[in-house]
Amino acid sequence: MFEGDDVRPPYARLQDWTKGMPDGLRHMKQAEAEALFRRIGITFAVYGEGGDPDRLIPFDMFPRVFTAGEWQRLDRGIKQRARALNAFLVDIYGRGEIVRAGRIPGHLVYRNAAFEKAVVGVVPPKGVYSHIVGIDLVRTGPDDFFVLEDNCRTPSGVSYMLENREIMMRMFPDLFRENRIEPVDSYPALLRRTLASVAPMKCRGEPTIVLLTPGHFNSAYYEHSFLADMMGVELVEGQDLFVEGEYVWMRTTEGPKRVDVIYRRIDDAFIDPLCFRPDSMLGVPGLMDVYRSGGVNICSCPGAGVADDKAVYTYVPEMVRFYLGEEPILKNVPTWQCARPDELSYVLEHLDELVVKEVHGSGGYGMLVGPKASKGQIEAFRGRIISNPGNYIAQPTLALSTTPTFVEEGVAPRHVDLRPYCLVGDRVELVPGGLTRVALTEGSLVVNSSQGGGVKDTWVLAE
Amino acid sequence: MLSRTAEKLFWIARHMERAENMARLLEVGARISLLPTVQGYRSEWDSLLQASGTADGFARKYGDPVARNIESYLFFDRDNPSSVASCLTHARENARIVRTALTTQVWDALNIAFQELGQLERTPRSELELTRLTDWVTRTAAVVRGAIMATLLRNDGFDFLNLGYALERADATARLIDVKYYVLLPRVEFVGSGLDNYQWMTLLRALSLHRAFHWSYAGDITARKIADFLILNPQNPRALITSTEAINAALDRIALAYGRQTESQTRARAMMSTLSGADVEQIFDEGMHDFISRFIGDVALLSGQIWEDYLTGDVR
Repeated sequence: MFEGDDVRPPYARLQDWTKGMPDGLRHMKQAEAEALFRRIGITFAVYGEGGDPDRLIPFDMFPRVFTAGEWQRLDRGIKQRARALNAFLVDIYGRGEIVRAGRIPGHLVYRNAAFEKAVVGVVPPKGVYSHIVGIDLVRTGPDDFFVLEDNCRTPSGVSYMLENREIMMRMFPDLFRENRIEPVDSYPALLRRTLASVAPMKCRGEPTIVLLTPGHFNSAYYEHSFLADMMGVELVEGQDLFVEGEYVWMRTTEGPKRVDVIYRRIDDAFIDPLCFRPDSMLGVPGLMDVYRSGGVNICSCPGAGVADDKAVYTYVPEMVRFYLGEEPILKNVPTWQCARPDELSYVLEHLDELVVKEVHGSGGYGMLVGPKASKGQIEAFRGRIISNPGNYIAQPTLALSTTPTFVEEGVAPRHVDLRPYCLVGDRVELVPGGLTRVALTEGSLVVNSSQGGGVKDTWVLAE
Repeated sequence: MLSRTAEKLFWIARHMERAENMARLLEVGARISLLPTVQGYRSEWDSLLQASGTADGFARKYGDPVARNIESYLFFDRDNPSSVASCLTHARENARIVRTALTTQVWDALNIAFQELGQLERTPRSELELTRLTDWVTRTAAVVRGAIMATLLRNDGFDFLNLGYALERADATARLIDVKYYVLLPRVEFVGSGLDNYQWMTLLRALSLHRAFHWSYAGDITARKIADFLILNPQNPRALITSTEAINAALDRIALAYGRQTESQTRARAMMSTLSGADVEQIFDEGMHDFISRFIGDVALLSGQIWEDYLTGDVR
C-alpha cells in the first residue's frame, strides 16, 4: 500500500474512506457482511472435522486495488503463461519436443504422478487441455510479480471473487460510485462460452454442458452449484451420467439426454473407475473411452495436472520461450529442487530461511515456513526431506507486499496473494480481477482458507 | 430436468408439508389436553402418535405417552424421521443439493428456517411454549410456499414441487380423518354424540379450517357435513378432492411439457373420478375407514408410480 512514507495513489481515496468510518459502523458492516454470506450459504463446508460444518471464510472489507496499468501487464503475463502451459500439455501428450530438445528432463514429465498414459495421443478440441488456469501470484515491489504456482486442473475460489464483489457493492454502493471499478460479473458467461467453444468433434448443434461435482459433502460444493446456476447448466454427480454407445448421457425426467462438455470438479483419479481408481463411486464407467473417441470433452482434460506440478513449475518460463518464442512477462520464484543433490544440500543448510513445500501438496498442508518454525519443527521436517527429497521443493520467503486490512485495532498491513482465473478455449480471456487471499494473522505468510486465511474484494480501476 | 433434481424437489415439498402437518397435530394435542374428556388425557395423546404413524418409535424410546415427551419426540427428535426438526433438516439439505433449481428467495426461506430451528434447539425447553413452536412452523412453511409461488419459474421443477405438496397433503388429511374415525372414537354408539362432534371440531381446528367450515356449512355441526367438507368439498384447500385435483394438475402439466403420458396420469385420473363420483352417504354406507384406507393405499401406489415414471432416471 505504501510507497516510502506515502500512500500509493490508488489507495489514497480508500484511506480517506476508512478515516471517516467510525468503529461502530465498521463492526456493524462486518456483522452485516457475515450475515449475508451465511444467508446466501457461501460457506466452506468442512465435514468430518468436527466444529461448525458450515464455516465462513473470514471476509475483509478493505479491498485490494490495482491500477489499469498494473493490470494490463498482469493480464498479458497471465494469458501468456496459460497459452504456454497448454502448448506444453499438447506437446508432451504428443511428440514431446520440449523433452527431446533437452529443455525439461523427461523423467519429470513421464514419471510424474499426474501424467496420464490414457490421454497420450489425444488432441482435445482446439488443442486445449487446461481450460481454467488459476495462477497464484504475489507481489514484491511496484512492478514485481512472482508466480507462486499454477493450477491447471480445477482451480477453486472463483465464486468468492464474484460474491465478494456482490457483497461489497451491496454494503458500500458509494465506494463504487466514487471509484471507477472494472466489473467481474461477466465471468460465468465467459466460462460458458469457453466451454461451448471446445465442444467435441461429434457434437452437432448447440452443445449440452454440465458441471460434474463430487456432491454436496465436498467443501467447494457451494461454488459448484453457484457456477452451474450462473451458467444455466445442470449440476450433475457421477450417478446422473452413464455411457451408452459412443456417447455420455444424463438421466433426466424425460429420458436420457446427451452430454457434450463436462466441466469436471472432481479429480482425475475419480473420473472413470474403469480407467483410473476402480473404487471410485464419483465417476462414470467408460467415460474415458468416449472422451478419447471424441464423443465428449472433459474440462480440464485428465492429465492436465502434469503442468501444474511444483517441480515442473520451475520450467514454465522455459516453456514460454520454447513454444511462444517470447520472454516471460511474469517471473517465477527462485526454486530449489530437493531432488538435485547440490540444491538439496543448500536447502538443508538454509531451512530456517526457506519455505519448503511438497511437490503435490495443496491447501497449505505439508509445508514448512522456515523463519516462523521452531527448531523442533525444522528438525522434524529435515528428516522428512532427507527420506524423500524428490517430494520437496524450496523457495525463499519473498518480501511479500501487504495490503491494508481491517483488524481489531483498526487498519493494518497483512500479506496477500492473488489468484486470477484465465479461461482458455477458442480465445484466451481474463476478467479484470481475481481472488485475493489474505493472511489475517500478523506476520503470517500463509493465506490458505484451511489455515485461517481470509478473502477480500479485488479491484481493477478503469483508466 | 435431471431425475435426481426432480426427486429432491419432490421431497423438499413432501418434507415441508409433513413438518407443517406434524405441527398441526401437536396443536390439536395441546388443545385436547386443555379440556376434560370422557376417555381421559392419555389416550388422546396416544391417538396423536397413531395419527402421525410414530407410535411404535415413540413407545420404543419413551414407553408411556407423557405430553412433554410426545412434544419432544414429534418436534425435536432426530431419531424420529417425521419430526419437525428431521423434516426441516431434510428439506434444507435437499435444497442445498438442488440449489440450482431454486431461486435465492426459496433457498433463503429454507436456510433461514434451518438456522432458526438451530436457535430453538439451543433454547431451554422451559422457555418454549408449544404454541410458539407450532406457530413458527406454520409461518415458516407459509414463507417457503410463498417464495415458491412468487419467484419460481413455472417449469417442471415447479410441477414436481407441487406434486410433492399435493400428495403429502392428500395423505395427511386422509390419515387425520382415519384417526378420528378409528382411533379417537372406537365405539359406534358415540357417533353423533357431543364427544363425536367435539372431536371433529378439534380436527378442523388442527387444519385451521373451523371458521371456513362455518362459512361453508352454516348451522349444525354433524359428522356428515364435516366428512363432506374434508373429503369432497373442492373449496376446502386441504380436502382430499382438492389435493387430488392438484396432483392431477401437476401431472397434466408435466405430461404436456414432455409430450408423453404415463401410468401416473392414469392412476391420478382414476382417483379423481372416484372422488368426484362419490357422495358422503355412500362413503358412510361403505364405511369411512374402508374408504379412507383405500385412498391412502392409492396415494402410496401413485407415489411409487411417479418414482418409476420420472424419478429413477431409467425412463426410456
